[in-house]
Amino acid sequence: MVSTNEQSTSKNSWEPRIVAFFCNWCTYTAADLAGVSRLRYSPNARIIRVMCSGRIDPQFVLDAFSKGADGVLIGGCHPGDCHYIEGNYKALRRVQLLKRMLKDMGIEEKRFRLEWISASEGERVKTVINEMTEQVRELGPLGMPERFADWDKELDILEKEINRKGETVDA
Amino acid sequence: MPDKPKVAFYWCASCGGCEESVVDLAENILAVVDAVDIVMWPVAMDFKKKDVEAMPDGSILVSLINGAVRTSEQEEMVKLLRKKSKLVIAYGSCAHTGGVPGLANQFEREEVLKFVYEDSPSTVNPQKTRPEIKVITEEGTVTLPKFFNVVRALDQVIDVDYYLPGCPPTPKLLKQALEALLSGKMPEKGTVLAPDIALCDECPRKDTKPSDLKYTEFKRPHAVQIDPNLCFLAQGIICMGPATRAGCEGVCISGNMPCTGCFGPTSRVKDQGAKILSALASQVEAKEEKEIDKILATIPDPVGTFYRYALPVSLLRKRIK
Ligand code: SF4
Ligand code: SF4
Ligand code: FES
Repeated sequence: MVSTNEQSTSKNSWEPRIVAFFCNWCTYTAADLAGVSRLRYSPNARIIRVMCSGRIDPQFVLDAFSKGADGVLIGGCHPGDCHYIEGNYKALRRVQLLKRMLKDMGIEEKRFRLEWISASEGERVKTVINEMTEQVRELGPLGMPERFADWDKELDILEKEINRKGETVDA
Repeated sequence: MPDKPKVAFYWCASCGGCEESVVDLAENILAVVDAVDIVMWPVAMDFKKKDVEAMPDGSILVSLINGAVRTSEQEEMVKLLRKKSKLVIAYGSCAHTGGVPGLANQFEREEVLKFVYEDSPSTVNPQKTRPEIKVITEEGTVTLPKFFNVVRALDQVIDVDYYLPGCPPTPKLLKQALEALLSGKMPEKGTVLAPDIALCDECPRKDTKPSDLKYTEFKRPHAVQIDPNLCFLAQGIICMGPATRAGCEGVCISGNMPCTGCFGPTSRVKDQGAKILSALASQVEAKEEKEIDKILATIPDPVGTFYRYALPVSLLRKRIK
């Protein structure tokens, strides 16, 4: 489990947390290039390298959200450039359906994004990450782990009542 | 004569189908009744909560609990049964993964109550009367259980030892489980008592499932003439088989209906809906966003289709406001 402690719930100290799944051959290399070229982009994206955007199981995206991501970004090779031929098309199709499903589950569209960024487009990595960070900042925290804890308070309440009853019976 | 092992059956947010499936044991039920002492079974016998309360902790060998947990009464009863039982089995889809009642996790509590007590076409309630959880009358105080905001699978409320999947579980699986229980040969705690492979593996249409599917449209079962021998996916009809655990022996398939996923996922899958979404979407026959969307639009209700039985245990659990 990703620790949620570093994310303070107090509004002013909150920073958007974006999980970025980048394809090894294009977007990850581009992020590297951005680093080498000393392009400054916001530190809010946690980059996870995968071999191909086609490797990104929709479960990864939901898992990231459920463990505290405020946004999820997927980066892959441009159409026609995937090293595994069809991986990025598979990714695109999954993303299109996942977007619909996330919307139905109440998660704002801007929290989930797919971008094609080739190895030479370091500048584009910077633009996309900065843009998304600002958009997610505007939306505020998604805070799924906090929501889960909040939902489950309705159980704790009864737990306490039952225990209280138990005490009087024992006494 | 030593005491017979004690067994309890209980129901929470359920339809009664799981109770039927126990009766479906047919003549085998007599053997069960012979071998055990049933100490609680609201649908069939007149034991009360206080009878269970009076029993020593851990004195029931096993409680088979069906239904999702949606009210404070259900929560209280399952916690009581947990305390009194050595083993708890989540019986059927609703207890296992939230089931059809779990689809209500697409709505807030208030939306559900408003629809039921005000807006539904068959409701006449000009005063907009809602049930109160506590009413004081001359005769005394009457109470109702609290209706929770979230629907939960059983293991989201109490510790569960085993799961019998299915909507409802088949008599064969129940019989196997009871035999294993009574002979003390139970598998590792947490096991789902059905094969850990996908339904496609035991499907009678398995040999007709193409290795390379290409969807140009998704068709709904009521809208087409279904070929009774060909894999549903090959016909463009959504079948949850690839993302669903085996064990039912394909009863729906044999009835010429696609699998809707009631056995839940295999142990390698965390989120059944995401898994089938991935399998279906990746094989859509289009490369342009617009074309892809057009084909995917023929799935009218992704959440209701992919999470028909498992929304409460999905990674997101519930729609957010
Ligand atoms: S997809 Fe459905 S019909 Fe096809 S093999 Fe699997 S379970 Fe059988
Ligand atoms: S075919 Fe699917 S929906 Fe039908 S009983 Fe089997 S697992 Fe459940
Ligand atoms: S290798 Fe980059 S998207 Fe497939």
